[in-house]
Amino acid sequence: MTPVLDIRGLTKGFTMHHLGQGFAAFSDISFAVAAGEFVLLKGANGAGKSTLLRTLYRSYLPQAGQVLFQSAHGLIDLARAADIDITYLRQTEIGFVTQFLVARPRISAEALVAEPLRLAGMGEPEALDTARHWLQTFGVKDTLWPAYPTTFSGGEQQKVNLARALIRPHKLLLLDEPTASLDANARAALVQRLADLKAQGTAMIGVFHHPGDVEHLIDRVIDLTPNAPLQEERQDVAV
Amino acid sequence: MTLTLDGPRIVKTAPLVQLRGVNKSYGSVVALCDVSATVYPGEVLGIVGESGSGKSTLLRMMNLEETPDAGSYTLDLPDLDGNLFDLDRFARRMLCATRIGIVYQNPHLGLLMKNSSSGNVAERLLVAGERRFAVLREKARAALAASEFPLERLDAPPIELSGGMQQRVQLAKAIALEPALLLLDEPTTGLDVSVQALVLDTLKRLQRDRHITMVIVSHDLGVIRTLADRVMVMRRGAVVEAGLADQIFQDPQHPYTQQLVHAKL
Repeated sequence: MTPVLDIRGLTKGFTMHHLGQGFAAFSDISFAVAAGEFVLLKGANGAGKSTLLRTLYRSYLPQAGQVLFQSAHGLIDLARAADIDITYLRQTEIGFVTQFLVARPRISAEALVAEPLRLAGMGEPEALDTARHWLQTFGVKDTLWPAYPTTFSGGEQQKVNLARALIRPHKLLLLDEPTASLDANARAALVQRLADLKAQGTAMIGVFHHPGDVEHLIDRVIDLTPNAPLQEERQDVAV
Repeated sequence: MTLTLDGPRIVKTAPLVQLRGVNKSYGSVVALCDVSATVYPGEVLGIVGESGSGKSTLLRMMNLEETPDAGSYTLDLPDLDGNLFDLDRFARRMLCATRIGIVYQNPHLGLLMKNSSSGNVAERLLVAGERRFAVLREKARAALAASEFPLERLDAPPIELSGGMQQRVQLAKAIALEPALLLLDEPTTGLDVSVQALVLDTLKRLQRDRHITMVIVSHDLGVIRTLADRVMVMRRGAVVEAGLADQIFQDPQHPYTQQLVHAKL
């Protein structure tokens, strides 16, 4: 089967011009992810896990290598794709879930969550209904739905963020510690949503500080620790 | 070394705006040096850079207020072919009046301060050929409502209004004819923070609901980060870096961009 994502020789480092110095984040990484597969990234702080996710999403520019993505419009190298294609793929096929909400002034929680559906062309009433369903699923109180999330607690903001990020199915989902600082109910709802998306064929690459939460979803573990064997068979994940 | 990016392969839509090799000097001062830019329909392009970097000059070029020494400018619109810099004054004025909207940092440049606010917006419709009074009034009112102007003040002249309200009148005037391209020159500079948020929110809503293509110039990186899909960084009249907004802010490549991004509070 053709993989959804085929990463070949991916290398990323940062140049800090004011220090006149370069820092390597990771180099020559290669692995592939199939539809419905869940890959856990492992490694100590600073091993480059988040950097890898951001490079795949193109928030960071890779320095070498290929990121071949099997989009609905054919194979495309995300490392070299034009900005406009990346914008389009982010709206339609590639999702990124972080623990941080980008709240905007004067936008209600439900409007913020509904926005990806509105951008995809769904009418406002239907999009808002779906948004409310997900806010409820992740445990955001209904009195908060019309309020501005800029005033919410950290945990509530994160729930809004998850509802927004997961409201639409994606072909590829990048997960950067989405369970951090969530309460048990919200965590269970998130894991259920991820399991459903996985069953629908979404490929996932994730970083989890407590991988026990998603243990039953993990198909493969990739260790980014320098000099570690890059790819491991699935093992019991340390909880 | 950064990989060279390919052209679009998935998105087949033609760019709305294409500027190619634009050069402009005022005497011995180089204002723009070989600037090229592309904006796709529905996209928001942010332009950042220090004072004197040429960003406002570039915006005025797009509004055909200036003619470059060299370069071309095309808009992908029906009945509009060739280099827009070659148009005569009358054709330029008609094009800007009907298809391009602009909001200046200084409302005095965009508004007749002593005419009524609704009259300022209606003037735009008049230039485009609308003569029926009731239609003028209704369309001006709708545009002012869309930019969240308080409708009980329709007849107040801008000179009696606050800075934030004046920006709303400019915005209403700019969007009255559903422009293909909306140009914004420091639209929130000088406004207090709560009013800034109101203006930003209005722009964000226009972007979401009407998919208006925008080019926004600002030295406020927060404004650009909130609105822009893509960012172009200018310095001394030249483009030093361009990319997706999150990439420019999280992984700036050029020394000047790094300096700019790291200087943000």
